[in-house]
Amino acid sequence: MSRSDVLVDADWVQAHLDDSNVVLVEVDEDTAIYDTNHISNAIRLDWRTELQDQVRRDFVTKAQFEALLSAKGISNDDTVVLYGGNNNWFASYAYWYFKLYGHRDVRLLDGGRKKWELDSRPLVSDVVTRPATTYVASEQDISIRAFRDDIVPALGVLNIVDVRSPDEYAGRLLAPAHLPQEQSQRPGHVPTAVSVPWSKSANDDGTFRSDEELTALYSGAGLDFGKDTIAYCRIGERSAHTWFVLHELLDQANVRNYDGSWTEYGSLVGVPVQLGDAPGSAEGGAA
Amino acid sequence: MCAPKVGGLSLEGIDLGKATVIQGTVTRDGEPVGGAYVRLLDSAGEFTAEVPTSATGNFRFFAAPGTWTLRALAPGASVDLVVTATQGKIADVEVAV
Repeated sequence: MSRSDVLVDADWVQAHLDDSNVVLVEVDEDTAIYDTNHISNAIRLDWRTELQDQVRRDFVTKAQFEALLSAKGISNDDTVVLYGGNNNWFASYAYWYFKLYGHRDVRLLDGGRKKWELDSRPLVSDVVTRPATTYVASEQDISIRAFRDDIVPALGVLNIVDVRSPDEYAGRLLAPAHLPQEQSQRPGHVPTAVSVPWSKSANDDGTFRSDEELTALYSGAGLDFGKDTIAYCRIGERSAHTWFVLHELLDQANVRNYDGSWTEYGSLVGVPVQLGDAPGSAEGGAA
Repeated sequence: MCAPKVGGLSLEGIDLGKATVIQGTVTRDGEPVGGAYVRLLDSAGEFTAEVPTSATGNFRFFAAPGTWTLRALAPGASVDLVVTATQGKIADVEVAV
């Protein structure tokens, strides 16, 4: 895997906009922005209504994912190029999700919607539909997904990376200030987790930093590249972005995204929690 | 979850005596620039938040008292402006790109 296998730039997208086997997909936190405008021939995925089970707290099943992609007109052999706003935050989440269900060729548009806009590239408002397909997904690849029972045994053994903001990590905030919902019962972080806010891996224009800068960022924070890694945030979306950086760009072999993340871990009974700005020991405790 | 509000957060229901507000307009040649991006960086230069400007070029952040840097990104431009925010006051600035 190398950068060119997983990232494309805007020139590449403009050159392949009309290729029948290239599907451009916009995935945004603000799911309405697609209606305003989007890149020509891009379809939309709604992370909230289409990528989450609407009853249980979980992803859609394999069968639901197959039905979704079939209806969207995506084939197993298509090259799927994802993009979105806010440094590709939700596009990265969708990337991980496509990999979870085994899509072979999926890539991100480096810089996403923001860089496209800052470069004054064209956006259109006409809605695109593609003819339906018969998509066949693989069983979930749980080698890239961590679950709650994986966390406590990993304390002090594996790398755990907390990608939330420093105030959420320390326990001073339960959620970003503009997102009051989806809170855990307790503030703090998983003991021994190092803090590397996800946004540090992107440049101002939303593109990913260079491999050298990224390696320095994570090793400087105390991540041991010789160990397996679990990344988490609050609900598993910012950490999907970090999963992309570690697994797809830096080629780390065993990196899992813990999508239950802090809203789950911080509500568990009896697990160790650490407060304050330091990783702490496996027992957890106050700062 | 809700998306970042274009132009920044609403002042509705906010006790302005307790809030520390940084707001303003991004302009180019005196005209407001909609759809630009404004980043809020803390005193160490670390990224804190980002909002797109409204159609009338406006943005707003709720910050903490202290010194902040606003970085406005628009096609072909990246401009920094240092702002001092005070609790109970609205820092209102114009960023020309």
